[in-house]
Amino acid sequence: MSVFINKDSRVIYQGFTGQHATFHAEEAIKHGTNIVGGVTPGKGGTTHLDRPVFDTVSDAVREAGANVSGIFVPPQFAADAILEAIEAGIKTIIVIADGIPVQDMVRVKRYVIGHETIIFGPNTAGVITPEECKVGIMPANIYKPGRIGVVSRSGTLNYEAVAQMTARGHGQSTSVGIGGDPINGANFVNVLSAFNDDPDTDAVVLIGEIGGQQEVDAAEWAKENMDKPVIGFIAGVSAPPGRRMGHAGAIISAKADTAVAKMDAMEELGVHVVRNPADIGETVDRALKG
Amino acid sequence: MNIHEYQTKELLRSYGVPVPDGRVADSDASAGIIAEEIGGDRWVVKAQIHAGGRGKGGGVQLADSVEDVRKHADHIIGSRLITPQTSSAGKLVQRVLVESAQDIKQEFYLGLIIDRIKQRITIIASASGGMEIEEVAKTDPDKVVREAVDPAIGLPEFQCRKIAARIGLTGPLMPQAVKLMRSLYRCFRDKDALMAEINPLAIVDGDKLLAVDAKMSFDGNAVHRYPEITNYRDFDEEDPKEVEATGHGLNYIALDGNVGCIVNGAGLAMATMDAITLHNGSPANFLDVGGGASPEKIANAFRIVRKDPNVKAILLNIFAGINRCDWVAEGVVQAMQKQAISEPVIVRLSGTNYELGQEILNKSGLPFINATDLDDAARKAVDAVNSLS
Repeated sequence: MSVFINKDSRVIYQGFTGQHATFHAEEAIKHGTNIVGGVTPGKGGTTHLDRPVFDTVSDAVREAGANVSGIFVPPQFAADAILEAIEAGIKTIIVIADGIPVQDMVRVKRYVIGHETIIFGPNTAGVITPEECKVGIMPANIYKPGRIGVVSRSGTLNYEAVAQMTARGHGQSTSVGIGGDPINGANFVNVLSAFNDDPDTDAVVLIGEIGGQQEVDAAEWAKENMDKPVIGFIAGVSAPPGRRMGHAGAIISAKADTAVAKMDAMEELGVHVVRNPADIGETVDRALKG
Repeated sequence: MNIHEYQTKELLRSYGVPVPDGRVADSDASAGIIAEEIGGDRWVVKAQIHAGGRGKGGGVQLADSVEDVRKHADHIIGSRLITPQTSSAGKLVQRVLVESAQDIKQEFYLGLIIDRIKQRITIIASASGGMEIEEVAKTDPDKVVREAVDPAIGLPEFQCRKIAARIGLTGPLMPQAVKLMRSLYRCFRDKDALMAEINPLAIVDGDKLLAVDAKMSFDGNAVHRYPEITNYRDFDEEDPKEVEATGHGLNYIALDGNVGCIVNGAGLAMATMDAITLHNGSPANFLDVGGGASPEKIANAFRIVRKDPNVKAILLNIFAGINRCDWVAEGVVQAMQKQAISEPVIVRLSGTNYELGQEILNKSGLPFINATDLDDAARKAVDAVNSLS
């Protein structure tokens, strides 16, 4: 089992014929992903990677039964592509695009209300259920099927954590990137809740960053609702206040959103907090035993 | 992207937000001319730098004569202004804003932000103007009014009236407040702003509302839509290394330590800095090379990191997904051969094309230090720095 995507997902890529989308679609197909086609406006009726190209997302839904979309269009057009996918009835939207204007996302988040759609990202490495379905840009070979859920804001730090886990024999049920932007789709609580309900997930690794209060909110929710251990790490202990550390969301704006303050709060709420990013795999070991 | 007070006021004026009569000057002579043109008998001369707290550093001066305006301008322009928000070296002031001084009866606070929790543009208002809003929120949270704006309908008049009433802007002031809030919101929305702050918003002579001080910042991912905002960018206010890095598609932030860092991805870059700190070392910078980094981009990253004279060792940590370790390795070799790098270079590669990358490094015969994982890399970098001293 898994959360959000699996071998039965019918995946399209928006911006399908672009260079990045093509490369990552090929990788995803190799990994077993059921890519049923893609959307590139103006190229409808042609084929790409032996799959149909559609002009619109609603065509892809109607003709190919698409229910998951990976957004690979450039950031200035990405919000429009997300709106199109929501309107067409896509259930899971994974937004790889990095650099979407914040106010564009404010409008997207308003529009999604009342639709049964979950958005991951923007600025996410994607979502992967190992050896079943991959929608994203992550190196698939480090992910192995298993029983640990992973949720992170950062892509490369997700790889780091997963590599440490896999090296210790802990595979992943699903790994979810929620993205590094200040306004994003699904939050940590949405993902924890899905993992909690998944009979094939035994524990969850949550990787956060400085900025905002999502991680602490998630720990609070987990204390009340979760019956599985949560292992947590927050990047940015050494980050100075007021400076944006790459991700638009990673900026310390108040005492409560420093890495140390967040980790202390999470520990108090029962999360197995990892203080050294090199100890993530080891802490998973301990949490499962303990 | 931040802009100056005088630019903010120019922009707000074009949206119908009332601001004091004034203009920017880059010399004492032009400051005097502006004062004469504005007229009146009292002016204020304000240093134009991006940092706040200018008044505390002596960067805001009142003048009772045109001669005084010139004197203050002469004194401020070319000086380094130190405020609670600048470094101890202060910031060089190149321009002053000359405005007619106001007779202030009462001060308010009015701001717009994008609330990350509500995920909406949110108005923040308070009857406690002229103070840091964060302080007011801490000591007197009831005095801070917050209203989120529904993007589907924008900011309706009733919501402005609600805010105005709660901070005491009633009677004939209410319609002025409504108009001002809607103008500010329109500007914020039209130009993809991230923050706008009018502090103080003041009641001045004749019961008029006026934006006495104002500041705005804009979304770097959206400014390309608005050439007039892009033109407001003042490169002198930014770290030249950071500007150069942006030009190379690198995300660089200078810090105080001595271990130069070159990493892919913001999260891993922060975690790498953290690992260095855990080994009692100190990172010299944050640097994210991003995805799909070419050998040239990696070589440029070395060049930028090494511009910082404090750097004693360089740690390259790449976990390649969308990147390729072979390209990264070629970049390392290029940098070490062409830049005569004398600092120890610690390399940790993982992920896509790892074997190819390792082979390129091994064949090069260059004296880099190989690290197997994040912890090993951080320890070796700190050891390398320590063995130098």
